[in-house]
Amino acid sequence: MTLSVDISHRLGDFAVEARFESAGRLTALFGPSGSGKSTLINLIAGLIRPDKGRISVDGNVLVDTAARIFVPMHKRRIGMVFQDARLFPHMSVAGNLRYGRWFTPASERYAKMDAVVDLLGIGHLLDRRPAKLSGGEKQRVAIGRALLASPKLLLMDEPLASLDEARKAEILPYIERLRDETNIPIGYVSHSVAEVARLASDVVVLSQGKVAASGPTVAIMQRLDLLPAEERGEGGAVLDTKVMRHDEAFGMTVLGSQAGEIRVPRLAHPVGASVRLRVRARDVMVATEQPTGLSALNILSGTISAVRPGIGPTVEIAIDCNGATVLARITEQSKQTLRLALGHKVFAVIKTVSFDSATTGVGLPAEADG
Amino acid sequence: MNWLLDLTPDEWNAVRLSIKVATVAMIASLPPGILIALLLARGRFWGKTLLNGLVHLPLILPPVVTGYLLLLTFGRRGPAGAFLAEHFGIVFSFRWTGAALACGIMGFPLMVRAIRLSIEAVDRRIEAAAGTLGANPLWVFATITLPLILPGLIAGAILSFAKAMGEFGATITFVSNIPNETQTLPSAIYTFTQVPGGDEGALRLTLISIVISMVALVASEVLARRVGRRMDIE
Repeated sequence: MTLSVDISHRLGDFAVEARFESAGRLTALFGPSGSGKSTLINLIAGLIRPDKGRISVDGNVLVDTAARIFVPMHKRRIGMVFQDARLFPHMSVAGNLRYGRWFTPASERYAKMDAVVDLLGIGHLLDRRPAKLSGGEKQRVAIGRALLASPKLLLMDEPLASLDEARKAEILPYIERLRDETNIPIGYVSHSVAEVARLASDVVVLSQGKVAASGPTVAIMQRLDLLPAEERGEGGAVLDTKVMRHDEAFGMTVLGSQAGEIRVPRLAHPVGASVRLRVRARDVMVATEQPTGLSALNILSGTISAVRPGIGPTVEIAIDCNGATVLARITEQSKQTLRLALGHKVFAVIKTVSFDSATTGVGLPAEADG
Repeated sequence: MNWLLDLTPDEWNAVRLSIKVATVAMIASLPPGILIALLLARGRFWGKTLLNGLVHLPLILPPVVTGYLLLLTFGRRGPAGAFLAEHFGIVFSFRWTGAALACGIMGFPLMVRAIRLSIEAVDRRIEAAAGTLGANPLWVFATITLPLILPGLIAGAILSFAKAMGEFGATITFVSNIPNETQTLPSAIYTFTQVPGGDEGALRLTLISIVISMVALVASEVLARRVGRRMDIE
């Protein structure tokens, strides 16, 4: 699937001028609030008609103002999950889930009720009314409702933004499952580094209505300068890891990555499961010699591949550890004292306790179907 | 009780006719009522204020004036009346259908108001969600908007019915007061008060008209509550 967007649209004195292409499994539209990411997703879904431009999915033109083409939203077959679930209050959960099926040609209905209900763990909610659901349950039903219309593309507009941390942690695994177990390409709007780093295969960074950068998540997350100011502390390297083993005696899990083994607090994931680990740049210390007599458990060796000025008195050091990059944010003073420069061999030191559920994620609850 | 139900045939006819006229007036004004309410709630067009004023006119004008205007337009020699009689065989003047027309028009502003308010209360973002699921605007209206405005629809319909049950001025001006044809409850009561010894009949019909209005009101309350509970909107 290739989503290609090239549009300009004006809303009052705010203008969105975006041009990008993405073929990712889950493409995140990432940026601070007011960067135009929701406008962009509404343009793709057909909720807004652009002033000028062209949007196509796999060569099917949805909008082309030059050719006077505008496919109305109900003919686009694009599933949409809104920040506020927007369930139909006069229908049961089952009624909500079935709604989109009516309008999908029988030959194109690939989504199966049982499979979707299973995937999202909402079997026990089918007879309830939307008003009787918790925020997290509503959002899972909304995802199911969009899926059961058998969309060609699924768009999610900040689906977790109005939920508290516990509810977010409840839904994230389901979205991961959606990404990994179905073939529907997903567009995901978010302003949260944690969500994007964990979910996205590709990222389009938006800033003031324009595309600031786009590319694979691992590469984009290295660019701390692209992150909104309030999220900069969350920035850092993203590593794809696998659960090697659990250390029950000390309550830890050992993750294997290209950069080496990393110990994190015990995870619920089974051995062999994939975990996308975010290593916050502020959590990484840099040593020029193999440290001894240190409480930190994770010591990765590598060479400095980039030194970039950070905000205020900080610098960002990129350390290439066996092909995977780890980012460290340290002070300018430390950099000078240690005489850090490109190509130097160094050690990246990360405390195990600096990893939390926001950076490791949590697995699916053992009994998701209740 | 016997005294109350011991009606003369003419009185029974007035009761039956009133219910028939009010029911037809209510049902016939629902489709245009919904359409106009939609236009007023959501439309953006030139002359919206004018349309709004026109709809509300029967509420402000003396009923006699409305009845007289109906007589001028829908009477046998009126432009609309002549056209309808010639091409469709529909005659309003001095027929019960004319009473229904007068009642419908008098109740129309009340119906439109109630429906318009409930349409304005519908969250349009929910309708947009239905659109992204593949429903075209007509389906969105039928499956989302209509069920969501049902309480307002019921309220509007009952208001129109109640107004029709009590409508007197426009009806008597437009279609006169003909027993068994256009003599509705209010006209019958009026007739009783104009003849010596008619007090008893007037009182009987008054009580019956109170009972019918109360039943309609309670029915609408129960219906609206049941719909509301089914919906359970936060």
